[in-house]
Amino acid sequence: MSTVSDHEEHALRERPLWDPYLAGVALGLVLLGTFLVFGRGLGASGALARLTALLADGVSPAWVAANGHLGGYFANGGHWWDDWLVFELAGVVLGGLAGGLTSGRFGLHVERGPRLGVRARLGFAFLGGLIAGVGARLAQGCTSGQALTGGATLALGSWAFMFAVFGGAYALAYFVRRLWT
Amino acid sequence: MMPVHPTTWLAYALAILAGFAFGFVLERAGFGSSRKLAAQFYLRDMTVLKVMFTAIVTAMLGLTLLRALGLLDFDQLFVNPTFLGPQIVGGLIFGAGFAIGGYCPGTCVVAASTGKLDALAFLLGIGAGILVFSGLYPVIGGFARSGGGERVLLSDWLRLPYGVVAILVTLLALGMFFGAEWIERRMAAPPSAAKKTADDEPAPQAS
Repeated sequence: MSTVSDHEEHALRERPLWDPYLAGVALGLVLLGTFLVFGRGLGASGALARLTALLADGVSPAWVAANGHLGGYFANGGHWWDDWLVFELAGVVLGGLAGGLTSGRFGLHVERGPRLGVRARLGFAFLGGLIAGVGARLAQGCTSGQALTGGATLALGSWAFMFAVFGGAYALAYFVRRLWT
Repeated sequence: MMPVHPTTWLAYALAILAGFAFGFVLERAGFGSSRKLAAQFYLRDMTVLKVMFTAIVTAMLGLTLLRALGLLDFDQLFVNPTFLGPQIVGGLIFGAGFAIGGYCPGTCVVAASTGKLDALAFLLGIGAGILVFSGLYPVIGGFARSGGGERVLLSDWLRLPYGVVAILVTLLALGMFFGAEWIERRMAAPPSAAKKTADDEPAPQAS
């Protein structure tokens, strides 16, 4: 767990980020490619739901089988990994790792706002993840699978989701500003 | 005619490749940093908006062009079904989680891959959230499934031709980009600090 000064030292050796618009074009071309090859776009939370279903199944198969939400992944002899999103997410891990290793931005580190301690940050990160996890399941997707992918196909519900995400985040941002500023 | 729909083993290999490119680009966009992502919600760094809408417009225009050329069967594409109520409520909840945790699911996977332990905590949180949602499913499942789940495009809703909506979305994005650049200039005071603020946002206070 490194300190702020370690992080600053790190920053000196980092490769610069891509221009946001060029990164956006690159991301858009990746997305376009998946549409042309697979007929569908990118995602993240769907694969995490499958992994969660797998872990929960290891602890309590009866609960998972009876559950109206998670049970669906195993219905009719289905396998937790039998979805291209699971393989895609494995690729995201490798791609993120490669990106970090080739840019000097890899390193064990707790990123946090200037007023937040390490433990508090980890707690709030977990809480944020929990809330986002509930929201993503309710909306059947996240910023990748709904906003980005659905946005590019002009899906009405995905656009509604995207504006709701920004709305929810901006509405709460003022009240949680001590976490980040 | 696209999409191609490759057979299984090739599909899985290509899925890993697509994910690799996705993760790599997210890292290079700076989305492995929760502080950079959260700065979007304090108007100090508009990278999230710029990258997202550039990507949406790029893919959308590509799909539109290939469809117009007769190379793509648009009806074969998966279009997220519309469940307006759950998507709006889910989006508001999701946005709150994003503001508190500083990540979304895809970006937290990238950040965790580069060693960010807070991203790992967010990732565990998502798993907990999925379990909470599943536990509540007997109560909220009815609402979660409400809204029809039909294939509704913005163009159906606005009763405009698809191509016209694609142009309108492009113009909307361009308008937001001009707005984003203006906001970043306004928020970056003194002006000489603008570049640094955008790259390493926000600079930790010297101790």
